[in-house]
Amino acid sequence: MQGLDDLYREVILDHYRTPHGADAIDGPAIKVEGFNPLCGDELVMELSVDADGRIAALHIEPNGCSISVASASMLVQQLSGKTLAEAIALKDTFKAVMRGESWPEGQDFGDLEALEGVKNFPVRIKCALLAWTTLEQALAQYDPDLADQVEADDDIEVKTH
Amino acid sequence: MTIDTEATTPTAQLDVAKVRQDFPILQREIHGKPLIYLDNSATTQRPDSVIDAMSDFYRTSNANVHRGVHLLSEEATDAYEGARSKVAAFLNADSTQSIIFTRNTTESINLVAHAWARRHVREGDEILLTVMEHHSNLVPWQLLAQERGCKLRFLDIDESGHLQLDHLDEVLNEHTRLVALTHVSNALGTVNAIPTIACAAHSVGAKVLVDGAQGVPHGPVDVQALDCDFYAYSPHKALGPLGIGVLWGRRDVLEEMDPFLGGGEMIRDVTLERSTWAAVPHKFEAGTPSVADAVGLGASIDYLNELGTAAIRQHEVRINEYLLGRLRELPWLTVYGPQDPHDRCSLASFNDNQIHAHDLGTILDQHGIAIRAGHHCAKPLMRRLGVMATARASFYVYNDLDEVDRLVDALFEARKVFGLAT
Repeated sequence: MQGLDDLYREVILDHYRTPHGADAIDGPAIKVEGFNPLCGDELVMELSVDADGRIAALHIEPNGCSISVASASMLVQQLSGKTLAEAIALKDTFKAVMRGESWPEGQDFGDLEALEGVKNFPVRIKCALLAWTTLEQALAQYDPDLADQVEADDDIEVKTH
Repeated sequence: MTIDTEATTPTAQLDVAKVRQDFPILQREIHGKPLIYLDNSATTQRPDSVIDAMSDFYRTSNANVHRGVHLLSEEATDAYEGARSKVAAFLNADSTQSIIFTRNTTESINLVAHAWARRHVREGDEILLTVMEHHSNLVPWQLLAQERGCKLRFLDIDESGHLQLDHLDEVLNEHTRLVALTHVSNALGTVNAIPTIACAAHSVGAKVLVDGAQGVPHGPVDVQALDCDFYAYSPHKALGPLGIGVLWGRRDVLEEMDPFLGGGEMIRDVTLERSTWAAVPHKFEAGTPSVADAVGLGASIDYLNELGTAAIRQHEVRINEYLLGRLRELPWLTVYGPQDPHDRCSLASFNDNQIHAHDLGTILDQHGIAIRAGHHCAKPLMRRLGVMATARASFYVYNDLDEVDRLVDALFEARKVFGLAT
């Protein structure tokens, strides 16, 4: 089936089977939990930032469907070693794509581009967004100046530690 | 459904092909495939007779009830009260006046929490629930417990998904004021032994509230035989309209209860300082009721009676036998709840060991099959089962065995989509 093949691309299933970010973080880290109360998906995210302001490590414990797990895994893959500004830019781009915009031209978004098929399954978009909404809360917890990154989302709740 | 339906007298089998013709929505295609509607525990579909009854009411008899001297108001009142009589007979209620119309099961339960429990439950008292309750029969009691300082206790399930009746003595005592439990689990399908539990509850002086949301759709319900004090249900889960709920209460218990919502319709006299209350059931029905929904409810009961509730139950057992057998052919599935087809209503709650329930839901939808995937508003039960979610296929009078086969075919397809062995 065309629609299903577009949604469940091999790269998504690969991330679902063996998600990135399984290793626990040594030392201090920001820890937040994201929930999707409507469907029950949960995601624990830990993040540490080094002295240069780069994301030194990301650890996730995803508990949900293939789309939410793959999206969280791709987040780890894409953001490890990036600056916070780069992380915010990618997060904004991904959310815009999920809202219906196209990927910006001339840039490579790697495996993340495979999630574009989710747009054709509107009830599943919130699955793809869980990790990114959780990230916003983690950033805000790291730096209160980033609190404006947290967008109110009716579908997703985030608990901070 | 005390499940006294293991027919002592033979019952005519449902003619499913004929039944299907009464449901216009079953002609729909979903993603180019014929609709296979297996989300009946969430809400069923409605036959033409229900849709027409509501439409006819609006076209020919629409008026407000209980207040006009004109003919239309008289007709609307007769239609509304006529529906109450039909519900009373359908549930074998002790009197027509003991049927209260609400918005849904949730509101019916909240009505009891406010109008009965606030007067009768105090600090140190206990309310006994079960781990399989829908949030609608859990959260109202949590709110009451916070307000009153009473204690909530819970009857657990065993590995087969039955309540542990042999542990009832440990959680029921002279402090128990209320036992509130579901007739049939919306997530496991388990049919609970209400009369046994009610007998034990009454022996310690507790009242019994039954959440019948999943009970009424699936067979004959006799509230007097169940021996409960309150029975709540949502007609939309049994071919009736959305937007109306039912609460039956024992007449003597209702008579001594406080009102629920205040407003028009529920008063006898009003001065600027105080009011007196109308007689039961109107004391509990403030404001303009959903008259057209009541009319549709009456029509749905006529339809169910025509099919025969015992025949419906037999149909469900027949579906269960086939459904459980087919699902057992898929070794990668875990099917929750009782394995005996007679101990459950016609739903199957299951998980694939590699594919999340939401993904199953999406893949099945592409095959035109509507199921529910998630926690089924029973998160404590999901935790008890050690899962985040399950997929649930729930069947009703218009579903037949070939739809079980289509479901199983689609579950195989899902394995292919995920590149898994079958």
